[in-house]
Amino acid sequence: MTTQTTAPETPSTPTTGAPATGLIALPEHIGRALATAGALLTIAATFLAWTWTADFPGDLTVYGYPGGLQVLVLIGGALTTLFALSSYGVKGLGWLAPAGADAGVKLAALATFATAWYTVIAISVELGGVVNLEPGGYVVAATTLATLLGALALPFRRPAPDPIDPDSTGWEQFRHRLGHGWDTAKAVFAADAPRPVRALPSYAEILIIVAIMALGLTVFTYGIGTPYDELFVGFLIMAGFGFAALNKAGLIAHASQITARHQNLSICGAFLAAALFPFTQTDDKYATLGVYILIFATVALGLNIVVGLAGLLDLGYVAFLGVGAYAAALVSGSPNSPFDVHFPFWAAVLVGGAASLVFGVLIGAPTLRLRGDYLAIVTLGFGEIFRITANNLDGTSGPDLTNGSNGIASIPNLDVLGFDFGAQHDMGGFTIGRFANYFFLMLLITAVVVLVFRRSGNSRIGRAWVAIREDETAALAMGINGFRVKLIAFAVGASLAGLAGTVQAHVTYTVTPEQYLFAGAVPPNSAFLLAAVVLGGMGTIAGPLIGAALLFLIPNKLQFLGNYQLFAFGLALILLMRFRPEGIVPNRRRQLEFHEEADAPAALGKTGA
Amino acid sequence: MTTDTTAQGTAPDATAPGTTVLDARGVTMRFGGLTAVRGVDLTVGSGEIVGLIGPNGAGKTTFFNCLTGLYVPTEGEVRYKGAVLPPKSFKVTAAGIARTFQNIRLFANMTVLENVLVGRHTRTKEGFWSAVLRGPGFHKAEAASRTRAMELLDFVGLADKADHLARNLPYGEQRKLEIARALASEPGLLLLDEPTAGMNPQETRATEELVFAIRDMGIAILVIEHDMRFIFNLCDRVAVLVQGEKLIEGDSATVQGDERVIAAYLGEPFEGDPGAEEAAEVAQAEAHAAGTRAETATTKDTGTATDTATDTATGSTGATGDDATPGKENHR
Repeated sequence: MTTQTTAPETPSTPTTGAPATGLIALPEHIGRALATAGALLTIAATFLAWTWTADFPGDLTVYGYPGGLQVLVLIGGALTTLFALSSYGVKGLGWLAPAGADAGVKLAALATFATAWYTVIAISVELGGVVNLEPGGYVVAATTLATLLGALALPFRRPAPDPIDPDSTGWEQFRHRLGHGWDTAKAVFAADAPRPVRALPSYAEILIIVAIMALGLTVFTYGIGTPYDELFVGFLIMAGFGFAALNKAGLIAHASQITARHQNLSICGAFLAAALFPFTQTDDKYATLGVYILIFATVALGLNIVVGLAGLLDLGYVAFLGVGAYAAALVSGSPNSPFDVHFPFWAAVLVGGAASLVFGVLIGAPTLRLRGDYLAIVTLGFGEIFRITANNLDGTSGPDLTNGSNGIASIPNLDVLGFDFGAQHDMGGFTIGRFANYFFLMLLITAVVVLVFRRSGNSRIGRAWVAIREDETAALAMGINGFRVKLIAFAVGASLAGLAGTVQAHVTYTVTPEQYLFAGAVPPNSAFLLAAVVLGGMGTIAGPLIGAALLFLIPNKLQFLGNYQLFAFGLALILLMRFRPEGIVPNRRRQLEFHEEADAPAALGKTGA
Repeated sequence: MTTDTTAQGTAPDATAPGTTVLDARGVTMRFGGLTAVRGVDLTVGSGEIVGLIGPNGAGKTTFFNCLTGLYVPTEGEVRYKGAVLPPKSFKVTAAGIARTFQNIRLFANMTVLENVLVGRHTRTKEGFWSAVLRGPGFHKAEAASRTRAMELLDFVGLADKADHLARNLPYGEQRKLEIARALASEPGLLLLDEPTAGMNPQETRATEELVFAIRDMGIAILVIEHDMRFIFNLCDRVAVLVQGEKLIEGDSATVQGDERVIAAYLGEPFEGDPGAEEAAEVAQAEAHAAGTRAETATTKDTGTATDTATDTATGSTGATGDDATPGKENHR
């Protein structure tokens, strides 16, 4: 290939003089045609039978009716086709790729390829050999491979290699080449900055927001409703690469610009979409997942105030959820509760929130004088102290309050204004089961947390939190009472977790100390909460919600991983922190913080041009 | 004499000229055995610009930190408009003393406007509940804060960059932003710690004008600086700090003419130095050659230098200087 070693003094700038070529040595027009044709054939191939037996889940034996994984491949093929046509400049498809369609074509082709080949390999492995493939399986493997090859033949701007130091050892040269290979691989999928959004009439932007929310709801519902492992893995592959394709094509940037223009509307839309989720379900099976995800996500969002805004690393946050849950359980009228009272829900919520608040202040007051790692260790300790204390308040080791390790069981269902949360209700032809009822209630709590997060974040107190996180000494010198402000953040975070806890107690029927561990296989626990915040994106609203959904769904759906779940989790965490340290939904501030070197040349280029 | 510490309103303190804003008496700061600042007295009157100079390590910044509550002085007291300063830096800011930092300490990932709004913290009261409930009072206070912040940005010339991240500003503008942020707390006294460090001559001149403009707002200024031209142009009075002690205080001409100041800056041999004997010999030879007048000067200078040497010795080991200086506390 073109190995230009020119311009060693500006190694990072792509050489503009040399003709841009693709990774595969094919002429550009052939590559583009191959990608388009391959994508179209892939769509056709999903209507064929891929295997002869219905033993493979999803029934891929039917001609003319794609099922299961075939649907995912079909979507991928359609996406690739759209991007490919857009790259030909077909009228009316220009909006699809504001940042250039080529990167979108490549990633969409990769998504389709990966999903299709995963399916084919899964069929071969599970059913014992490639003989189980029908012609359709071979066809789709060939067409997706052709699409990918065609897409990779599309030109991209090669990074010029750094000159090799002739004195370096073989190992250093190897590393050097590896680094260049990696740079090239990144450049293959790189895209230009998306052009800014044209000003659209408001009704059009609102329609776009509705479409985005509908798409989000569909994707989420599909993911949560995947009935078998293979489909979920396929879904993850497709969703991951598909999202990357949309991102590189610049659609995500456009979408976020449009939603940023109508923030309140977008948030209302998101809640509306979430509220529609139970109506998409025929039974309560997946609504259970929905309500658990929502509890987890709400608590993660509360933690985001403490970690993301105020920068206080709290490793014992789940204890506040526990305090709220225990408080609500104690006043719920459960037979295990030493108090013979049955508070109405609004009072239980107040009690739960207040108990967590008190607990938060009690823990925060002594510990918040510490900074950084020390604070993390002490909060971790207090989280464990809560669990052990709850374990011991059983009447033998201590006063009888929490019924020890048996926990407080048979917590009655809520009954608010005659609406029994334990019973099924019919609403306009839809049956809303127990968990769906709680889902709606939890959505209300989430709304409260979102409201508190947004409003406090964008105010005097929120600015003080961020200032403390940025530079505590300077913040103090600006007249901010650091301790007080941090204590407020701690207390607010604690009471929001307590609110979620009150609902959790009723959803799970039973509150035991073992639900509130530091780390465990089942979320929510402190480690997963923190991971949800960090993975999702610190300091954002959408980040922890998405992070929590992923962290709950993936272990829940991938049961076959078994004991390797935590291992896989750790691996995923390391990879994400290596390649996207700002999280899935980056905060504007954080993104700049982590990609300083990437931003600098762009700014220089602007001033130079 | 307004002794209330809740200075309200902008350019608030219509204190009659000539009244003392800052009064530091016998401020001493020890870190273990090291005495960084020893018995420094300093007053700043209203409408005055006072300079604080001294060689590196003289204790200027330590003295600043004593004034702003980052350190609590071991001995002595600091009064602001008659009231003793509280020992917490955020309370000092609330009382009316604002500062900038030697190495710029902006909130790098906040926007320029947000930085100034953080400076407004002590002059606003809206707490958590007000932020969540968003009553009319909240919007009013927020709008007032923003207006004031924009005025200040306009004043330092950064209004068009209000939405930039602070980290993306060029160096000189970061300094300006730090001053705007400090002014946002509506101080009666502004402490500037090397405001022109790393600036080119044009930027230095601009800063000079900015400082005069701040003085004209009725804010007293205490400034640490190494740029002598800057400081002698700017200041009504200049105090020189050497080895933690105030050497001299006076107007530009007095300070510039004082040979102890020159000695402190340019340095000279002192006893206990490895090459001290040789240096003394050379000095003696020179003195003989130059005549009697020069001889007296040399002896006087070595006298000061001996003190200096002891101070350093007390701080580091406390052993070497013993025989050189009788009657010093390091004998213990």
